[in-house]
Amino acid sequence: MPQLPDVPLHGLYGESIMDHFRSPRHRSALASSDIETEEFNPFCGDRVILQIKLDDAGRITQVSSRSEGCSIIQATASMMAEALLGKSLAQAAALDHAFRAMMRGESLEQESAPELGDLVAMQVVREYPVRIKCALLPWLALEVGMESHQLGQAERD
Amino acid sequence: MTTATSAFDVARIREDFPVLQQMVNGKPLVYLDNAATSQKPQSVIDTLVHYYTSDNSNVHRGVHTLSQRATEDYDAARSTARQFLNAASDQEIIFVKGTTDGINLVAHSYGRQHLGPGDEIIISTMEHHSNIIPWQVLCQEKGAHLRVIPINDAGELLIDEYERLLTPRTKLVSITHVSNVLGTINPIEQIVEMAHSRGVPVLVDGAQAAPHMAVDVQKLGCDFYVFSGHKVCGPTGIGVLYGKSDLLEAMPPYQLGSEMIKSVTFERTIYNDLPYKFEPGTPHIAGAIGLGAAISYISDIGMDRIFAYESELLRYGTERLSAIGGLTLIGTAAKKGSVLSFVMDGVHPHDIGTILDAEGIAIRTGHHCAQPLMDRFGVPATARASLAFYNTKEEIDVLVKGIDRVIEVFS
Ligand SMILES: Cc1ncc(COP(=O)(O)O)c(C=O)c1O
Repeated sequence: MPQLPDVPLHGLYGESIMDHFRSPRHRSALASSDIETEEFNPFCGDRVILQIKLDDAGRITQVSSRSEGCSIIQATASMMAEALLGKSLAQAAALDHAFRAMMRGESLEQESAPELGDLVAMQVVREYPVRIKCALLPWLALEVGMESHQLGQAERD
Repeated sequence: MTTATSAFDVARIREDFPVLQQMVNGKPLVYLDNAATSQKPQSVIDTLVHYYTSDNSNVHRGVHTLSQRATEDYDAARSTARQFLNAASDQEIIFVKGTTDGINLVAHSYGRQHLGPGDEIIISTMEHHSNIIPWQVLCQEKGAHLRVIPINDAGELLIDEYERLLTPRTKLVSITHVSNVLGTINPIEQIVEMAHSRGVPVLVDGAQAAPHMAVDVQKLGCDFYVFSGHKVCGPTGIGVLYGKSDLLEAMPPYQLGSEMIKSVTFERTIYNDLPYKFEPGTPHIAGAIGLGAAISYISDIGMDRIFAYESELLRYGTERLSAIGGLTLIGTAAKKGSVLSFVMDGVHPHDIGTILDAEGIAIRTGHHCAQPLMDRFGVPATARASLAFYNTKEEIDVLVKGIDRVIEVFS
């Protein structure tokens, strides 16, 4: 009889993820923002609306990360918002890079890798391949948002 | 063959399904995703192995022994399918890839031929995307319009609204027999009668009916009936389109090539007779023969007995799930097939699906290829447990325990 390994669910629904799911950070909408994107996954109805406010030095001073959907997308969106605060867009891109690498199971070089903080808890999602896209949707929103911001900048320059 | 009243020996039936004998995530598999696809009994698996081991050959082409065997078995499968639907003749049975393919065939062939600007096609709110998009695109192409029969909160068609939608502009009604999300069994005879009284033909999407109840196309009166092999314990990639022979005769072929021709010169081609006119190229021979075996298997159990047994499972499942606080069943029609769609307060269906999977329970979560229906109920997705005749009340108990676990994790 074929037997697959027992999947330890406590990891997926562990303390850190459930904490961010139950009390998501940075969910209030911003009155004005420099970056605003919405991403939607029609297959499950997952949705993220991301807003980012930058200061003159280009640092992220405010983030609003509103998500709808399962525990994974809501927890990721909340953790991502926390991790983005205070970062430059280049650092945000590096964080995105590091998160995606972690989700692919790759290890980045220690010195250059930014601190993932609570986001490390999302590693467990790798054990649920069909759910990885839930964890990546907020990052897709970030990428799309940063890209159109850069395009806008290039046009202004 | 057994009578409708004799005891339904589900333990015995389960032994026919090797896939059910496994552990998933350390727990015995509880397969409740039958609306997506059904499991296959050993007899179907053996038939496929036997075909490829002993008879593999092309059909209708060779005079040699293997080709004769393959042709005989292929034709026999068509007769089996005809009996299953109680069609008037074998030539009304077209082998297609599945429900989606069958609907596309009718849309391209019959639809293209009969639809003009300003004409209308009627579908319903509870259709699968496969019974929406082919008509939507056809309407766009022809400057015609899609009309949609609304439903009530229980998930039942509003027949008065349907009556109003039937006009001299209506060229076709295409409607599901049983909803894959709500389980609603639609009153096909009545729908057909109302359409026919205005000279409008009706296509019935039988994907979710054929696996669960006796279907008699002559009694239903419908003009086209489509179902998928893989949902009736048969292989994937094969299905049946039934069409009344006078309609099929008058329809142009959908795809062109060999098998569907009588004679070819470079100037002109004479199309073959039914059903071959609609089966160009080498067909899915093994699939059709496997489907024949699957239909024989479920017919031997008896479609009425299957329906009665599943109705009892559904009654039990409905009772148990309704008792769970914070759980809402979507689809509560008076006449219902064995589908239990639900949502839970504060828990996304994905999370329900993952937690149940850890308990070895397979359900489907998502929009079930029925986004307009999800919009109607104001939910992005549901969790859906869909039952088959090899499921048991004990498995429903395991489902309920699994849902308790979901509540525990999210409390
Ligand atoms: C009601 C209904 N129609 C059509 C289909 C499409 O069937 P297939 O994917 O086998 O073509 C399905 C299957 O999910 C269905 O449930």
